[in-house]
Amino acid sequence: MDRFSWSNGLLEINETLVIQQRGVRLYDGDEKSKLDVGVALLSTHRLIWRDIKNHECCMSMPLSQIIFFEEQAAGIGKSAKIVIHLHPSPANKEPGPLQNSKYSYIKLSFKEHGQIEFYRRLTEEMTQRRWENTPVSQPISSGTGSQSGRTRAVGIVGIERKIEEKRKETDKNISEAFEDLSKLMVKAKEMVELSRSIATKIKDKQGDITEDETIRFKSYLLSMGIANPVTRETHGSGTHYHMQLAKQLGDMLQAPLEERGGMMALTEVYCLVNRARGMELLSPEDLLNACKMFESLKLPLRLRVFDSGVMVVQLQSHSEEEMIASALDSVSEKGSLTAEELAKLLGLSVLLSKERLLLAEKMGHLCRDDSVEGLRFYINVF
Amino acid sequence: MNFEWPWQYNFPPFFTLQPNVDTRQKQLAAWCSLVLSYCRHHKLYTLDVMEAQESPVFNNKKIERKLPVEAIQVVFEELKKKGNLEWLDKNKSRCLVMWRRPEEWGKLIYQWVSKNGMVNSVFTLYELSNGDDTESEEFHGLEEWMLLRSLQALQSDGKAEVFTMDDGKGVKFF
Repeated sequence: MDRFSWSNGLLEINETLVIQQRGVRLYDGDEKSKLDVGVALLSTHRLIWRDIKNHECCMSMPLSQIIFFEEQAAGIGKSAKIVIHLHPSPANKEPGPLQNSKYSYIKLSFKEHGQIEFYRRLTEEMTQRRWENTPVSQPISSGTGSQSGRTRAVGIVGIERKIEEKRKETDKNISEAFEDLSKLMVKAKEMVELSRSIATKIKDKQGDITEDETIRFKSYLLSMGIANPVTRETHGSGTHYHMQLAKQLGDMLQAPLEERGGMMALTEVYCLVNRARGMELLSPEDLLNACKMFESLKLPLRLRVFDSGVMVVQLQSHSEEEMIASALDSVSEKGSLTAEELAKLLGLSVLLSKERLLLAEKMGHLCRDDSVEGLRFYINVF
Repeated sequence: MNFEWPWQYNFPPFFTLQPNVDTRQKQLAAWCSLVLSYCRHHKLYTLDVMEAQESPVFNNKKIERKLPVEAIQVVFEELKKKGNLEWLDKNKSRCLVMWRRPEEWGKLIYQWVSKNGMVNSVFTLYELSNGDDTESEEFHGLEEWMLLRSLQALQSDGKAEVFTMDDGKGVKFF
């Protein structure tokens, strides 16, 4: 432990913090030192240890001092340790906590764990030996050989300096944390590029790859959230997937449609279909594309869009006139109706009954009364 | 004599501007004739748009329906198109209601004039509108500006000539 020198813990310009770990105790050889509650910091150039309670008690050792190091597994009542074997001190070493030690190795005891990561990082740094590329000057210690090796500063200047240190450390920590994220983003970008190139290849060589594989690949892309250029461009002519889906819907929706008087809002269809499927749910886009193919596939269903933008699926056999006639009957019976009242009468959803009333108005059979009481429809006697 | 409201007046949808084009046309036609007959009955010649909102014409308290101000504007525009209304100001807040068009008045007046063999005679405007002779006529009590317009309409027809005298205007019928 005589390889350590007092330090102010501040990193030099070319020096970066690699990892830090709390709860590290220093051992001089096999003996526990008094330095038992601290933070061990690994930088590109040094190994630093700082006392948690007394921030001014801070020491460092250049990584060049390390010959080799090894892990010592945890035992019962013993924390995991890293044993670091050291070169002898250079002659111009600055004073530290211990002048002479009979050991040429130290141990870092990780009482709050973290040794695996620390070990990994230490290995990395020792392999890369970045300190050799960017030499930094030795940190200056105070003239006195007292416990605190820091440039003692009192008053405001000292406080300012401490704040500055803390800020620098926080900065380093944050950039450390995001380092992994930016690596991930780089990888993701590569993935997206790859999948996009494959998608274009598929588009060009349609036929070389079987339909099944194409569909499977497209579904992978979709699940990753990448819109497939093939389906988007060719949705008019319909993909196999949507055609199959349309047929499936045709079978499935017959009964529910008849129950509901031949018409269902697209949102209702979406809920019904996905509830029935359980797994392998449909996206709204897929449902819409499949519904658009009803007519071309000669299925007995139709997708219909009202003026207001509401989309419904209706049975082909469903008759417009009958609907209007039934609505008019209800209105004339009651004198006047709101959309909600009609919905209740006919057992429809409010949305659909409103569409029905609006349609009747458009055809001139009904007229409207718009007041603070709401929107009512009367038979048009103008 | 009490004013007789048309059946539409008690039909709530009458007070909502109908979106259906055909329905709207019929609705507006009904409104126009209602406004004109109301004005005729009460001998109203001018209307103020703000006041009109509260007048019983556009506000049926019994069925709790009011024609909204935008719709009133539409009705007035319709009347203007038909020639029964004229705006008095640029902001379209006051208007003249001609429940009979000037030409129609002119014709009426000329009929009376010729019936009584008074063609080629001269009258002052006051005589026409307020004279004892005309008391039983519909145009009795006609406001001067309206009378003037009617006579001007006859004038363009060549049936009369309006001229200015010392204390007012006069007219000669041909």
